[in-house]
Amino acid sequence: MLNYIWLGMILLGVIWALITGRLDNVTQAVVSSADEGVELSVVLLGIMCLWSGLMNIAQKSGLIRALTRFSKGLFTGMFPKVPEDHRAMGAMVLSFAANFLGLGNAATPLGIKAMEQLQTLNEDKDTATDAMVLFMLINASCLQFIPTTVIALRNAAGSSNAAGILPQVWISSFFSTLTAIVFYYIFKAFEKGRDQI
Amino acid sequence: MMIMDWLSKAAIPCLIAVILVLGAWKRIPVFDTFLQGAKEGLSTTIKILPVLVGIMLGIEVLKASGALDMLVSLIGPVAVFFGIPQEIIPMAILRPISGSASLGLLNQQLKEYGPDSYIGKTLSVMMGTTETIFYSIAIYFGAIGVKKTRFTMWVALISGLSGIISSVIICRILP
Repeated sequence: MLNYIWLGMILLGVIWALITGRLDNVTQAVVSSADEGVELSVVLLGIMCLWSGLMNIAQKSGLIRALTRFSKGLFTGMFPKVPEDHRAMGAMVLSFAANFLGLGNAATPLGIKAMEQLQTLNEDKDTATDAMVLFMLINASCLQFIPTTVIALRNAAGSSNAAGILPQVWISSFFSTLTAIVFYYIFKAFEKGRDQI
Repeated sequence: MMIMDWLSKAAIPCLIAVILVLGAWKRIPVFDTFLQGAKEGLSTTIKILPVLVGIMLGIEVLKASGALDMLVSLIGPVAVFFGIPQEIIPMAILRPISGSASLGLLNQQLKEYGPDSYIGKTLSVMMGTTETIFYSIAIYFGAIGVKKTRFTMWVALISGLSGIISSVIICRILP
């Protein structure tokens, strides 16, 4: 799927540039995109190390196990194939928590850590497991309690009530996350009916 | 809302303090343990670097060629037909593709329409409700080398669309 999207993005861009005569801009964009990719990973590098290090402490002190046990009922039902006391469960719970609090900087490293842990449970390393798909979908549907950047931008734009959009964000977030979960089960049932993956 | 504001500022420092205090209480050599874990962050980030370069290439080519603007003007009339305000179309298309670009757009549009107008509110709620789907799916699966993502992209797109629609509706109901 990503293969086609990526191909489509680039082909569409190049063909449109040919038609509209913007090839110069595209050439420039190609070079700067490589730089940007590296810059982004450098930005990520520090935060990634920071949270991996803190996670390691939280793991060894039993904090993550306690957190998982606390939210056990909710997650063991949704991720039946992930053992309750597995590191993957703890990483997922922490990543959801970071997302929920709007800590975007922490959410990405923690999410990637969770995916790494889920991969250790995977028997077919090329194919996503049910748990990975569902975890990814909940993350992508952005269950957020405090959207920090949006509030900051509204403040900067001179809003009289920058945080006033929070209830709307909660309701809307709830709907998009619910949609993601419902469609996950629909697609899964449909997939099983067609062929076994 | 003061509490919210404070909570969002206090969350990270307090979390770090709790992790460290608990670690020390359990007699764990906290700094050594931190370093050991931080090293893993290094290898993970190196695995993501090629993914980021690839994703950025796609996004930048799409933007620089003007194809993204073309898509916006093409989808615009269809969306308006379904009752989605024309002003939010660029954001709806940009949001799943690029986080930095959509933040830039939000900044600019909030100033243009006013943060407390209907459009300004809808844009803010949309930004808080939806994610940069392409980017996060590519990074998360790219980091662990999973190639077959099954139906993840489809459901993520459906959920993103429902986020856009519910933002529009909710901002109309709750002004």
